[in-house]
Amino acid sequence: MISVRGVSKRYSSQTHIGPVDLEIPQGEVTAIVGLNGAGKSTLLTMVGRLLKLDEGQIFVAGLDVHDANSKDLAKVLAILRQENHFVTRLSVRQFVAFGRFSYTQGRLTPQDEEVISHYIDFLGLKELENRYLDEVSGGQRQKAYVAMVLAQDTDYVLLDELLNNLDVARSVEMLKYLRQTCDEDGKTIVMIMHDINFSAQCANNICAMKEGKVIAFGSAKDIMNSKTLTDIFETPIEVIDTKYGPFAICL
Amino acid sequence: MDALEFDTQEIKREIRHSKPFRTKGERRRYFITLFIALALSIGFGCALIFYNNPVPVDSASFIPVTQRRFNAVIAMIIAAICHSLATVSFQTIANNRIIAPSLLGFEALYSAINTSVVFFFGLAGHAAFTGIKSFGIQIVIMIVVSLLLYGTLLTGKRANMQRMLLVGIVLGMGLQSIASFMRRLLTPSEFDILQARLFGSVNNADPEFFPIAIPLVLIAALLLLLRSKHLNLIVLGKECCLNLGINMTRETLYLLTLITILMAVSTALIGPLTFLGFLVACLSYIAVPSYDHKYILPMSIVLGFLVLSASYFMMYHVFNVQGVVSIIIELFGGLAFIIIILRRGKL
Repeated sequence: MISVRGVSKRYSSQTHIGPVDLEIPQGEVTAIVGLNGAGKSTLLTMVGRLLKLDEGQIFVAGLDVHDANSKDLAKVLAILRQENHFVTRLSVRQFVAFGRFSYTQGRLTPQDEEVISHYIDFLGLKELENRYLDEVSGGQRQKAYVAMVLAQDTDYVLLDELLNNLDVARSVEMLKYLRQTCDEDGKTIVMIMHDINFSAQCANNICAMKEGKVIAFGSAKDIMNSKTLTDIFETPIEVIDTKYGPFAICL
Repeated sequence: MDALEFDTQEIKREIRHSKPFRTKGERRRYFITLFIALALSIGFGCALIFYNNPVPVDSASFIPVTQRRFNAVIAMIIAAICHSLATVSFQTIANNRIIAPSLLGFEALYSAINTSVVFFFGLAGHAAFTGIKSFGIQIVIMIVVSLLLYGTLLTGKRANMQRMLLVGIVLGMGLQSIASFMRRLLTPSEFDILQARLFGSVNNADPEFFPIAIPLVLIAALLLLLRSKHLNLIVLGKECCLNLGINMTRETLYLLTLITILMAVSTALIGPLTFLGFLVACLSYIAVPSYDHKYILPMSIVLGFLVLSASYFMMYHVFNVQGVVSIIIELFGGLAFIIIILRRGKL
């Protein structure tokens, strides 16, 4: 379980995130939605220990993320951030292999290679695993990043801007993968999403943020109604029932 | 049929790996290049010691003459280790392949120290400012100044590599200008003697300093080589490192300390060699088809020594000029720098 207790972060007198209190259940997919600047990324990076908090505490699987040993945390919690440019040429596979670092300190065992192969195959990167990262498309690179985070084999996976660079087909595919790894391996996945319909289809829970605060948290059924969505996105939104479940349309 | 299928699967499983070299061919190419470079550099090293030795072997002065040449070769090895390791790891830390640790202002500091000695104490002071004590003082000053710089710039609230580099450049420029202003006020004879010292040359190296320099360099080099795995990770960026359980700020500080020691020793011993590290790092990236510093760093040392020994050999025995080889290295290094910048759109 991820529990966020009274967390706040102050950027300036105008921009202020929190206080946020939140319990994210284990073994489920949770989507964080909200407008730009609502504090989604800030909250996620704070949970992922990449950003220091000003107040409050965050516990992941009982570990205080800002006090616990960094190496222990790397085996419990993995976070994907937007990709950054680096000068070295790495093959897709070598890059994914870095995900094993917290276990191996760089010395890969046959078991590690198996885990790496597993996630490369899982994300459909097998054919290009020996290509350099700068020789594959943006979407494939994004998949390699996800493979690396999954290869870290942590119970908790945080994904920021996951569907960046992915077209509709790849997005659906990616969400299916995540659903599958959540159901089969019991991973807890928290991700930031922009598409409310994708979120409703894939996630068990939706966490809505607005102006630095969590304004709604619940199952897709609870959140997917016209009033709540209009309030979250400050845009008239109508929810209609289809045979695939509730579907939101911007008016 | 089943057995055959099992076989192919077995082969496939063996082929799939995440080793630093993607294929056996790349691995072979690396070791062949390393071996050739090593053989060539040993060849040039020996040639520098024995080739065209004017003194016959049975003469009494053979040993001192050879000893002098031998010392120069030792100095070259030290310079190669220091500049190659420092530049490659520095470029990795900065995630930028067109900069060199001289940006941190070591050379400016070196020239400022030496110029102020001549400026304030005259030639007598300059003559007295030799020996182990001055060597030690120079190293300590350089290490202390740069650690103060990193310590404050990399650990504070607005810690940022770019800011640190910018401050380093500005500080270096300031020191250079102060030094060059002082040089204007020197008498021609003072200027001449100082100038000889400000061009890096292995013949400047005083064997008296070896007992300090060699252990320092070897320890720092060893610690840096042991850090290869972390260097590989640092490339991925701060957030990735943290995610994988590495504290990048602490790691960077540790690595920069080692780089500082290497650069300080080399600069104090031999003088500034601005483009050597850059040239060697470039060559190493071309020669090593892998990201792994475990392979890049040794290659860079060997190539560094090869570049130094080959250019000294050319200068002494082919062009028959006695001069400072750093001019040649800077010429070629500068050219390589320009070519690389022009040829690559991205760095």
